[in-house]
Parts: sequence; structure tokens; C-alpha cells
Amino acid sequence: MAIEVRIPTILRTYTGGAKSVEGSGDTLADLIADVDSRHTGLQERLVDASGLRRFVNVYLNDEDVRFIGGLEAPVKDGDTVTVLPAVAGGAR
Amino acid sequence: MRYDSLLDSLGNTPLVGLPRLSPDPAARLWAKLEDRNPTGSVKDRAAFFMVAQAEKDGLLKPGSTLLEPTSGNTGISLAMVAKLRGYQMICVMPENTSAERRQLLEMYGAQIISSPAAGGSNEAVRVAKQLAAEHSDWVMLYQYGNEANSLAHYETTGPEILADLPSITHFVAGLGTTGTLMGTGRYLREHVPGVQIVAAEPRYGELVYGLRNIDEGFVPELYDASVLTSRFSVTSTDALRRTRELLDREGLFAGISSGAAVHAALAMADKALAAGQEADIVVMIADGGWRYLSTGAYSGTLEEAEARLEGQLWA
Repeated sequence: MAIEVRIPTILRTYTGGAKSVEGSGDTLADLIADVDSRHTGLQERLVDASGLRRFVNVYLNDEDVRFIGGLEAPVKDGDTVTVLPAVAGGAR
Repeated sequence: MRYDSLLDSLGNTPLVGLPRLSPDPAARLWAKLEDRNPTGSVKDRAAFFMVAQAEKDGLLKPGSTLLEPTSGNTGISLAMVAKLRGYQMICVMPENTSAERRQLLEMYGAQIISSPAAGGSNEAVRVAKQLAAEHSDWVMLYQYGNEANSLAHYETTGPEILADLPSITHFVAGLGTTGTLMGTGRYLREHVPGVQIVAAEPRYGELVYGLRNIDEGFVPELYDASVLTSRFSVTSTDALRRTRELLDREGLFAGISSGAAVHAALAMADKALAAGQEADIVVMIADGGWRYLSTGAYSGTLEEAEARLEGQLWA
């Protein structure tokens, strides 16, 4: 099983500079734990005791996971997960 | 239609069907044309309401200076209102925003303070907050946290849409300050059981996200996630592709955030069709394409245009 996890620039120190890594799991939480097993410390930057960290946005196939189950969102082979920092939005 | 002044002509914008872009007669897209506002964007609503509220609160007097972190449309709207109401305008914006926006701002008499391109709008907000702290007589209406922003949409955009399309099933708009989605979303959810409020968030290139610590991000103070039912991240490629489809298939010359909204709207249309449901999906056309011409988004191939957009704030 392979799920692509895209990593923002600021967190690539955990992946040896890689823009994306692969992982597996049934839920987003499983997937993050799986990726963390090969890139220690990544999970801690994404998740705290209350769930996804406030300024971290995670998208499953371009949809914000907070609206489709959060850390319990089901993931499957071929999915793409994108991690991005929360920003002010563009040209307002 | 006749109005006593330009400001009175605010809002009551057309809702236009997009039959060629809709995937199926059962899933209809409707474009709310916000470029038909006094300065050509949806921001006129927020700007007018924020200034009116500040006047009611006694924060402004003749010759007062307004300060705002804005890459364009809000600055242009505020500059117009400032000009007509007798205030000075200072805009803080990233140095890499399009030429048309800067030109328009200066034509309206606004002064521009540039913030570094790297770090995008987060940095402009930070710089503006610092300047506001240093100049206590300047008034920062602060579009990202000012309730009058979302209130404008609760009181005008939402009711207009419902009056024109009582059968509405989805409202889709770009997500920036979040004012449009919060205000329109709240109104529609109060009046239309089961209505979907869908955000289309622009996904920029790496320069914009920068190297800032992921713990120092920014979430607009107006944002209340419970008002939304879905939120999509839309790449510049997808936004651009849909913006060109709007022009090619519907003759609608829209800004790139509108393309992002259309992309999310089409995803919702597909979901509805797959579930065997009809849909009437309102899509926010926040502005026309004029202010993005110099980005190169409308010329050449999609790939060439996408390459040109890299590093630019396109929405």
C-alpha cells in the first residue's frame, strides 16, 4: 500500500529534504504514525494532545481533513495527503 | 437603475447561470458577479461596512488615516471609500503583487508600504500590526478580524443569493479573510436546512509558505470552521484551468480565485450527481480578470501560465 504524503519546506529536515514520502495505514492517524516511524519527530510537529496542531492544515486528496473525520479520516492506497502551514491567504 | 452616489450602488449583483460549465442539467452552477461592484470586487461590501461601523463607533474624523494589510482588492475598495469620505489610506502589501493593483491603489490616492515577498500575506499582517502599534492615531480596520467584514455578507450577499435562488444547495467561495464564507454561510445556514458551505482555499508555491516555523502560522480571527461544511485546497494549475474554462465556455472573464471556486464547485456537483441528487450551486466570482493580466495567467499555454504564476499571489 502506498499513500503519498507531501511535506512543506519547513518540515523537510525530518525527511532528509524529500518533498514527499510514502506511508500506509487505515486512518490518517495510522499514516502519520507510520511515517513517523521512519522520520522521527514529524508526528510531534503535526499533532498534539488535542489533535492536529492549530497552524497545520492537512488535506486528503485536496480536502481539509478537519471536515472529513480529522485524524480518524479513512485513507487508502493511491490517496494523496498534503501538509501545509496555515497562512493569511493571498491577495485580499 | 439610479443611485444618489457610487457607494449607494453597492451590491445587488447579478446571479448568472453557467449552463455550459455545469456537468449535467441536474447539477447547475450559478455565478454571483461581484465584479459588478463600485470598484470591481466583492471587497467593496466589506470595505463599506467596516468604514461605516468605524464611523458609528466614533473612530474616524475628517482627515483620519486608515492603515490596512492588503494585497489589493480590499485596499482598492478602502481607498475608494476613504477618498469619498475624506480619509487618508495606507496599504501594506507584499512586494510581489501584480502591477495593476499597485497602479489602481496609487490612482485612488493610497500610499503603499511593501513587505517582503517571502512569507506573503502573513508578513504584511505582521508589519501592519507593528505599524499600528507605533502610530496610535492611524486606524487599522483589520479585514481579517473585523466582524463588519462578515456582517456585510450576512446582511447583503446572503439575502441577495437566497432571494434569487431559493433552491440553493451549495455556496462556494474563495477563502481568504474568510469574511465572505462566514457571513454568507451563517445567513444561508440559518435559512436553508442542509445547505453546503464550501471553501476554496488557494494553494500557493513554496515561496509564499516560506521557511517560517509551522507553529507561527496565521488563522484569520474571523474564521469559524463550524460555519463551513467542506474546505478544498486548490492548486494554481486547477484554478487557472477553470478560470480559462469560464472564459472559453461561458464568456466570463474572471479573476483566478473564481477559477478556484469553480473547481471546488465542480467537485461538489460531481458528488451530488454521484449521490443521485440535484444541485443548485452558487459560485462566488470575486472579481474580473483585469487585475491579473500582468501575471501572464491568460496568455500562452496552461503550463506556461502556471510557471509564470509561481511565487506570485494569484488570488
